[in-house]
Amino acid sequence: MTKINTSYNRRSFLKSMAVTGGGMVLGFSWLSGCRPEETKVATGPALPDNWYDVNAYLKIGENGTVTIMTPNPEFGQNIKTSMPMIVAEELDVEWEQVISEQAPHNAEKFGFQFTGGSRGISSRWEGLRMAGATARQMLREAAAQTWSVPVAEVTTAAGMLYHEASERSAGYGEMAELAATLPVPEEVDLKDIKDFSIIGHSKKNVDAKKIVTGQPLFALDHYEEGMHVAMIVHPPAFGQRYVSIKNLDEVKSMTGIHDVFPIKTYKDGFAKGGFDTNAFPELVAIVGKTTWEVMQAKRAIEVEWEPFADYTETVMGFRGDTSTRKVPAGLESTAAHQTAMEEAAARPGEVVREDGDPKGAFARASRVIERTYSAPFLAHNCMEPINCFAKVENGKVWIAGPLQAPGLIEGTIAARMDLTPEDIDIEMTRMGGGFGRRAYSHYMLEAALIAQQAGVPVKLMYTREDDMTNGIYRPTYQATYRAALGENNELLAFHVKAGGIPESPLFANRFPAGAIDNYLAEEWSLDSNITIGAFRAPRSNFMAGAEQSFLDELAEAMGKDPIDFRLELLQRAENDPVGENNDYDAARYAGVLELVRDKAGWRQPAPGVHRGVSAYFCHNSYAAHVLDLTVENDRPVVQKVTCAIDCGIVVNPDAAVNMAEGGIVDGIGNAFFGELTFTDGVPDKRNFDQYRMIRMEEAPKAIDVHFVESDVNPTGLGEPPFPPIFGAVANALYKATGERKYRQPFLGSGNLPG
Amino acid sequence: MASYTLSVNGKTHQVDVDPNTPILWVLRDHLRLVGTKYGCGIAQCGACTIHVDGVAMRSCSLPVSQAADRAITTIEGLSEQGTHPVQEAWREHDVPQCGYCQAGQIMSAAALLKDIPNPSDEDIDAMMSGNICRCGTYTRIKAAIKTAAAKS
Repeated sequence: MTKINTSYNRRSFLKSMAVTGGGMVLGFSWLSGCRPEETKVATGPALPDNWYDVNAYLKIGENGTVTIMTPNPEFGQNIKTSMPMIVAEELDVEWEQVISEQAPHNAEKFGFQFTGGSRGISSRWEGLRMAGATARQMLREAAAQTWSVPVAEVTTAAGMLYHEASERSAGYGEMAELAATLPVPEEVDLKDIKDFSIIGHSKKNVDAKKIVTGQPLFALDHYEEGMHVAMIVHPPAFGQRYVSIKNLDEVKSMTGIHDVFPIKTYKDGFAKGGFDTNAFPELVAIVGKTTWEVMQAKRAIEVEWEPFADYTETVMGFRGDTSTRKVPAGLESTAAHQTAMEEAAARPGEVVREDGDPKGAFARASRVIERTYSAPFLAHNCMEPINCFAKVENGKVWIAGPLQAPGLIEGTIAARMDLTPEDIDIEMTRMGGGFGRRAYSHYMLEAALIAQQAGVPVKLMYTREDDMTNGIYRPTYQATYRAALGENNELLAFHVKAGGIPESPLFANRFPAGAIDNYLAEEWSLDSNITIGAFRAPRSNFMAGAEQSFLDELAEAMGKDPIDFRLELLQRAENDPVGENNDYDAARYAGVLELVRDKAGWRQPAPGVHRGVSAYFCHNSYAAHVLDLTVENDRPVVQKVTCAIDCGIVVNPDAAVNMAEGGIVDGIGNAFFGELTFTDGVPDKRNFDQYRMIRMEEAPKAIDVHFVESDVNPTGLGEPPFPPIFGAVANALYKATGERKYRQPFLGSGNLPG
Repeated sequence: MASYTLSVNGKTHQVDVDPNTPILWVLRDHLRLVGTKYGCGIAQCGACTIHVDGVAMRSCSLPVSQAADRAITTIEGLSEQGTHPVQEAWREHDVPQCGYCQAGQIMSAAALLKDIPNPSDEDIDAMMSGNICRCGTYTRIKAAIKTAAAKS
């Protein structure tokens, strides 16, 4: 066992005052109380008459049923199953005794309730284990007191307490009432990894039954008496702002329309938080009785927009520091972006890292290989369009909606509506996808403002077109790689220069930094009024494709096998690293390449199959893919992807495989088709007839996922398998066609060629 | 506005709505059957798939005026207890990630198996390519359809 001091995050273990009589404080969900006709199908453990709150994360019923809170919001990564698994493991209960619940937003109890950055499991690992372990310890203490035996002699197994010498036993439920009154122990034992019986053993998605039977799980499914439907109209082009509604009276008099008005999302001079990104802070809101009626009004409304002038906005950092962000005027177009990026790339960039003497090495090179790769803006296109329910009554705001981080919007709402955070209650509903988009939850503030002005509770819904044209995209990027080869084809120097609109994608300290004596990394960026945001490993998901394509080109030029070449570089980085700030573990990096090489049978591809390999490190985890592709009727068909991942301990293996499969499919889709272009500030794509998404027939025929066995604490999985798949696609396509693709999307955004 | 008699999951409902209202919004806003999802509104993503007289249709693009007096089945009515072979196979393969598109996927898959009890990969691709899953669960969907086919 591992002793662990519980002072870490001790506030989470604050016990509620009223421990007897239900203690529903922690599980309270005001929204679920007003949902229509709940599940017709009974599932899960029997409900007790009374719950006893042992700590913020769990309560135990007198019948032994345990409810475990998932502190972070769920967007499909399955933490609502895997987080309670971690607690249940240390609590030492049977998984079948557990009910999983989404915790309410409560920073005091649950800290930063954020889903994103592949940080869910890794950031909660220790705290969730402790929540289970401290509760187990308190139950043992309660049993020891009840039986008048030393606590050290009380053991547990599968939700039961035992005192072997006196042959006594009791269920957790019998001791829960007393346990809940005991002090939180200063120190607790954690299980040895080898003793895990829940962690590392696949458990089914706790909400699967509700999902497959169409139960209301999403904010968009919420209805309540008096609720109206709200929609917004935003400027059609980035670079424009609201002026006036031209036919206000006409629209207001349409059937079912309750009100129509402009809203202003921020007060003048408001210092935005880093996640208050919003291209359209002034909108028109339409409120009506039904969705279809509001859609008709939305079609009929005529709004005057005008171009805005250059401005700067103040942005607040997490430490209270402020910076300014320049927002240029203008109606931007993709063609102009591409020209500007080429010009920027030709100018000297900002040097971020320089090892050895790259200039000298390039000067004495026998051969210099230079390649430039680029990728367009991408829209998230979560299947559940942006939406949010809001009710404003008696100076209180209730919000229920899909969001990745309630802590990032609460203060913004409070500032705008002259309230305190205590006046704002945010319920985190299951998200119909997130991918980074829902970390920027301006729509929650919009819903609250609309509800306030309309004087009725509203469910704000963006149409698909609103969702796709609202901004917060993955930026457009470009990277130029250069390699200097010596007389004997040896790698003398490596140079990467990367930039984008409006941010650089460069990670200067990532591989192959550390593996090459002479290394230079430069970056640049260009301002834009098109808003950007996180997108399943932004920056990484471009850099991996570019870098892993270039390494393949380099291996070919040097006459080396692509995997051998990468492993040679990694061996150098492990044995004799160049520089000091290399941000990866070369041995773990090599580990996934070796595993994928062996599992894919790298040296024996099937006849007619074109293979591409790629590996990348991001979000603290390592992933490598071998992608097998054939060409049928001039059309690339992905036969199989073999994948190796090192993300430390895997909590829920089958769900982890599912996530990796999803990342692979998502990556192939974006590599083949993903693209958002602009003409005079207007997004050229507005819905799925124009924005090409990967579909069943283009998904790999088979995906074979392997995890490196590890006793390292979990490091993250949502993002890591995604970036390297772009490189695997590019490298396989090159093998298949003999032609290297430099610009994403590789197949264009239309239908498949042929 | 006009009055329509709708048969949904074996129950009869009376609604008074604009004849152009897509049946999706009648189901969701008027009948409070919210299992059928809105994804695109133009029959491109399949999230709103329902059965009309046993045939899979995109409810976002089917006006209520054309749905009246026809037998409509939604995800809520696919089976009494959530035990349709497709629903069970979905759970066996633990298909869903976010889950938003899955009702539409299941309705498409159930319609496919009704027409073709033992579909080939090509049959599955042809039917299911009208349903987008942004989380990328396609390989599991395909495996689940095969499991359901084997069991039904």
